[in-house]
Amino acid sequence: MRADSILFPTESGLYCPEGGFHIDPLRPVERALITHGHSDHARSGHGAVMATRETLDIMRLRMGPDFAASTQIADGPTRIGGVTVSFHPAGHVLGSAQIAVTPDRGPKIVVSGDYCRAPNPTCLPFEPVPCDVFVTEATFGLPVFRFPEPLTQAAKLLASMAEFPDRQHLIGAYALGKAQHVISLVREAGYAAPIAIHGALKTLCDYYIGQGVDLGELIPATADEVPAQLVIAPPSAFASLWVQRFRDPVIGFASGWMAVRARARQRGVELPLIISDHVDWPSLTATLTELAPSEVWVTHGTEDGVIRWCELAQTPARPLRLVGYEDEAE
Amino acid sequence: MKAFASLLERLAFTPSRNAKLQLVRHYLERTPDPDRGWALAAMTGDLQLRTVTPSMLRGLAAERLDEKLLALSYDFVGDLAETIALVWPDGAEDDPSLSQAVDLLRTTGKVALPAAISAMLDRLGPSERLAFLKLATGNLRVGFSARMARMALAGMGGPSVPDLEELWHGLSPPYVPLFDWIAGGARPENAARAPFRPVMLATPTDLEELRALSPDDFYAEWKWDGIRVQAVSDEGIRRLYSRTGEDISEAFPDVIDAMDFDGTADGELLVRRDGEIAPFGELQKRLNRKSVGKGLLASHPAGLRLYDLLIWLGRDLRSEPLHQRRAVLDAADFGDARIDVSSLLKFATWDDLAKLRADPPATVIEGVMIKRRDSAYVSGRPRGPWFKWKRDPMVVDAVLIYAQRGHGKRSGFHSDFTFGLWDGPELVPVGKAYFGFTDAELRELDKFVRANTTERYGPVRALAPKLVVEVAFEGLNRSSRHRSGVAMRFPRISRIRWDKPAAEADHLATLEALL
Repeated sequence: MRADSILFPTESGLYCPEGGFHIDPLRPVERALITHGHSDHARSGHGAVMATRETLDIMRLRMGPDFAASTQIADGPTRIGGVTVSFHPAGHVLGSAQIAVTPDRGPKIVVSGDYCRAPNPTCLPFEPVPCDVFVTEATFGLPVFRFPEPLTQAAKLLASMAEFPDRQHLIGAYALGKAQHVISLVREAGYAAPIAIHGALKTLCDYYIGQGVDLGELIPATADEVPAQLVIAPPSAFASLWVQRFRDPVIGFASGWMAVRARARQRGVELPLIISDHVDWPSLTATLTELAPSEVWVTHGTEDGVIRWCELAQTPARPLRLVGYEDEAE
Repeated sequence: MKAFASLLERLAFTPSRNAKLQLVRHYLERTPDPDRGWALAAMTGDLQLRTVTPSMLRGLAAERLDEKLLALSYDFVGDLAETIALVWPDGAEDDPSLSQAVDLLRTTGKVALPAAISAMLDRLGPSERLAFLKLATGNLRVGFSARMARMALAGMGGPSVPDLEELWHGLSPPYVPLFDWIAGGARPENAARAPFRPVMLATPTDLEELRALSPDDFYAEWKWDGIRVQAVSDEGIRRLYSRTGEDISEAFPDVIDAMDFDGTADGELLVRRDGEIAPFGELQKRLNRKSVGKGLLASHPAGLRLYDLLIWLGRDLRSEPLHQRRAVLDAADFGDARIDVSSLLKFATWDDLAKLRADPPATVIEGVMIKRRDSAYVSGRPRGPWFKWKRDPMVVDAVLIYAQRGHGKRSGFHSDFTFGLWDGPELVPVGKAYFGFTDAELRELDKFVRANTTERYGPVRALAPKLVVEVAFEGLNRSSRHRSGVAMRFPRISRIRWDKPAAEADHLATLEALL
């Protein structure tokens, strides 16, 4: 069987007819395999959902107990229809997985979902899975994206807090993954004081802590006077009335996009922190070199850069042109 | 290079002037000579380096990266120096000093330059590469002026801003004797001829304050709407300085030519045709230029209207009372029609002066200056000897049409407003205002913005045309860069007209009539 009849893009997302399932479907389907809990990948209303235990927990926390008719925890290679599927850590956020689809005869396809190769204390590291077709994201698929060591960014934040000790530092970070990543980096850099978190981050921070991720002492950033110099909030909070309780804050944002100044300026950020949960250009291209698949499919982002790299490396590559995936995590 | 690069990055994203001053002061305190001096000169634009062209950079980058990937990258980033800094392959980073980078750009010959730049890029990390390339392309764009540099230096605890201003034009990068002086060493000799002297400034006043004073103790003269300058001619060296000590001589060769005297004079720089003073907008065309063409010199001739002398024929008059300085000024012969003396107004009471102020003989008069006859010429803005009594601002009633969120103390509040006037059925934007309202009014305005947003573009919101504000401004110029064709000077929100329906706001024609 050819790879593109095992798995191909439809309006609902990537579809596997042999198994009768979609991967990260964009609209409600009968059977869905979910790579991770970000809202553009994990939606409600599917019939049967298979994902890692953590991803199912996260979906339940974000969408309520009735987010799907039935759920199944991914646990080792599992037969679905005419194919075998298995889930492997993707290093993106807690519970994130790549999904390997192995037909009885024909090429093995690994759908990486969103993935990251840099060490992240809040989730399992990416596991390279040998395959024939590797489906990669391309959120940061250009050579301009070479992310610094994450700890240098925590150091940058702490240096700014020392430079302006009287100003609270409000760091924008998305609720699932990035917020906890930023907090754990700051802790790793030696910051022990309580960190205030916006109400929208509480549920997921509590879940991470319950899963054994050490985030140190967190206090709510809901009172009129927030007694912490460091405050983490989802970026949307900066447009809300909530931010008015801070007198002269330094506003920062933790994202891979902060690597490009124009992007940071558009956001009106004073302290851009380059902290990403996606592969940057060197680790994306290194992953393709390491796995050496006979074919590369590119899902979403700046596909042109990755396709060009594959062309130069003489690896067949094609864009899947899946629409609907945002970079929520960034 | 690392400390310099991280300073530049921080400055590029820091809107607050005080925060910028603090960042630079800390950098200067922690960085050794000569790096800190080079950094200061680079930020203020006082560093003359060999300029590297974009095409040379493009060529260098193409040696290291596939051209198609480079093009995709540039397309995404939108800035060539930044793109190259980001895509340049990491080399063996050894953190060369800023001085090494500056030396390279000062001394390398044209032929050897491309290879030298590549070799330097190989030794730098990503943010240092960007700092180096910005240095090489000659534009740091960090919003840090020479005046702010002097404020940061004064913050280091040694000489004051006026001390520094007086010496500034005799100093050159990397300013080692200056830093020695700040650290407690000897004051550098003022090597430059025709130095700038710190100027004396006036405080705003009103009739109520004036009534407590005796009119007999004061001189009054028109406040001309030009820019305050200091004209210095010292043994053949002639310079024209702005009131903050920036040397603007290059933009005004006509004035420099006319300065055939020996002394330091204080006055107003104006554009003047056949004795008539032109509006400020005409002078603006002559400002901020490195050089000026013949056409502009003929169409916009500049001149001086003097009102004080600091030094005359080798005599320092600054400690003498104004009436004596004025006597010397009135007796001086400038021998050129470009230079004249601001005449004194006749008044016996403050009410006389109020009448004159209310009906000045020319529209380019923006009020009156009032100066104690016995005042010495001292630097800074002392309260008491000199007053400015400006004419009342012009006002229009405009409709708020866009709002943008502020920074720092105004984080989370919509504090930057674009307002418009009616032009037929349409509202045409005529200006922006950031202040004039109290903190309580800011909260009210923010509430209005949130409740009346029709569209959002990032931090900017389009508003339903409902709220009228009274906008006060100091003057009006024609402007081809504004859709309305006019640009206001110093606009601010003087009153919020919660009571006034938007349909009753002013029309663009009202504004045009004020031109």
